[in-house]
Amino acid sequence: MDAILFLIFAGIAVICGLNLVLQKHPISSALSLVGVMGSLAVLYLLLGGEFISMAQLIVYAGAIMVLFIFVIMLLNAGTERPSRRRLWAQYAGVPLLAAMLAIAFYIIQRALPPSPGVHFGAFQHGNPFDIGIKLFENYVLPFEVTSLLILIAIIGAIVLARKEIN
Amino acid sequence: MPQLPSAAPLSWYLILSAILFVLGVAGFLFRRNIITVFMSIELMLNAVNLSFIAFSYQLGQNDGHIFSFFVMVVAAAEAAVGLAIILTVFKNRQTLEIDEISSLKN
Amino acid sequence: MNFLILSLIKAAIVAFVLMTTLAYLQWIERKVIAHIQLRVGPRRVGPHGLLQPLADVIKLLTKEDLLPSHVNKVFYFLAPFIAVFFALIAISVIPFGTEINIGSFHTEMQLTDLNIGVLFILGLSGMGVYGVALAGWASNNKYALLGGLRSSAQMISYELPMAMAIAAPLLMLNTLSFRQLVDAQGGYSFGFIPHWTIFQGPFPQIISFLLFLVAAFAETNRVPFDLPEAENELVAGFHTEYSSMKFASFFMAEYANMVTVSCVATLLFLGGWQPLWPAQYGSNFVPTAVFIAGGLLCLYHGMNPARPFDRITLPIAGIVFIAVGAAFLAPIIGPILLPLFWFASKAGVILFLYIWVRGTLPRFRYDQLMRFAWTFMFPVAVANLFLTGLLVALT
Repeated sequence: MDAILFLIFAGIAVICGLNLVLQKHPISSALSLVGVMGSLAVLYLLLGGEFISMAQLIVYAGAIMVLFIFVIMLLNAGTERPSRRRLWAQYAGVPLLAAMLAIAFYIIQRALPPSPGVHFGAFQHGNPFDIGIKLFENYVLPFEVTSLLILIAIIGAIVLARKEIN
Repeated sequence: MPQLPSAAPLSWYLILSAILFVLGVAGFLFRRNIITVFMSIELMLNAVNLSFIAFSYQLGQNDGHIFSFFVMVVAAAEAAVGLAIILTVFKNRQTLEIDEISSLKN
Repeated sequence: MNFLILSLIKAAIVAFVLMTTLAYLQWIERKVIAHIQLRVGPRRVGPHGLLQPLADVIKLLTKEDLLPSHVNKVFYFLAPFIAVFFALIAISVIPFGTEINIGSFHTEMQLTDLNIGVLFILGLSGMGVYGVALAGWASNNKYALLGGLRSSAQMISYELPMAMAIAAPLLMLNTLSFRQLVDAQGGYSFGFIPHWTIFQGPFPQIISFLLFLVAAFAETNRVPFDLPEAENELVAGFHTEYSSMKFASFFMAEYANMVTVSCVATLLFLGGWQPLWPAQYGSNFVPTAVFIAGGLLCLYHGMNPARPFDRITLPIAGIVFIAVGAAFLAPIIGPILLPLFWFASKAGVILFLYIWVRGTLPRFRYDQLMRFAWTFMFPVAVANLFLTGLLVALT
């Protein structure tokens, strides 16, 4: 049952990822990315990370991607024109990426010790209580620094995107 | 038809993460619309999040979840500022193709 | 029983009850708004207009399903589907009552008790924005696009005060699962004040409740925040180009969102299915008293009714009400129906508040709406969260 769920949602993630790279219009790519994030949220649930799975839905799929879609709709970005680059550069890239993927597969299979499969419910520390304790006891400093980072990002975004009042 | 294992081994999750990362790299290198390039960066970040959670499952501790949470927060900040920059570039150049924003070249 | 079959049966029951509630919520809304405006509302289709929702469903199903040629077909079909999907799936984590123990059969009145239930509802309300934004984009129509963008910007602006207003009682109750939230609100202080979150020390969450209600009005695009979809502004906003079943999907999604936020407000702030005063002072007989009083009133008015056909319908309604009131005293199903009554009446009060506000207030202009969210509600929500945290930490 766990393997079937993994295969279904991994398949959806890969298909949506391919769709992101192959679609011509940015809105279709954005919605494919939302599909990837949704299926990754289910995979996080299988791996026991329930807080992270909901944070992915709320923050990534529910806020960041909505921002992307707003910008695409506001700028009215049309479809891409075909590229004027030389064709051999495009055709050489795909086999090289496939080679990189093959090397990554090989390293993963060799380096990982044999382990039992990922069972839903085997990992118990992903609940908000344990994450909260770890976040506020061991990782307080990165937490405060990221809050400063968000403040700087807010100020930067507002300054960059506001209208000039002459 | 090989027998399907009852539970997916952890290496499958890491292989999925590698596939998504390579797809993100492909989108980053091959696409010419700025916003699609940016979305490929987000796809790469998501792939890395999946590896973090997978390794945290194997270790039995939830430090990977905390790292993944910080990656999400940093990605949010980066998306906000990056999209604001894209809006400014569009206001000044009226184009979203990265090949045409090359006035600093040569 | 097998877990899968039991879940399917429960899901079918909840879905059926939800669909009927959505249909009759529209009837109640039309009647209440009509009486606020000193008219009568629907009364031709069936007695007192009770079959009006059925007539509306038949009308919407048999209307011509247009597909304009200028729309983006994939997103045009996808947008109402997304809106309805995320609106209806949120009902699966809401608990309606305590457990059902009949003989050896044991189940809970909830489809699933996630231990992150509150985060699930927040995530789904964030995903519901996509239906509106895509509907505006797919219609290829400048009014629809403006309406869609305004509506989705309003929804994401008000998500932030709503999340902070939810976080404040969670600080006091220390759990994210809905069933544990309601169980933590049991008990009574001084013998008769219930431990609901709006009454509970150290800081009664009245400000959070009001913030949550206002943010929920804005999230579900209801008056006074319904500028992006009102019919005399912006040519009906993001659902301009939609007809028949897809239009019905958007309305169904809006009413389902209303029901969901009413249930969430009941569970977080009003104590779920906990009764208003302790059982030893007789709160178990409240539903019986209410229904029998309603039945006697219907029978009394059935003696000399205002309209001739009421000579038949009012006594029938009276007998039905008295029978329902007697059912609350029955040995086995009484304890099951009792928490359900309290939950439904509290959620019903909040839904009535929704309808009451719709009949009473004018709507906000769009910039007033956004300014209200960012310059008033957000600082108040932050201050409320800070104060709650301070008081919880000090005690």
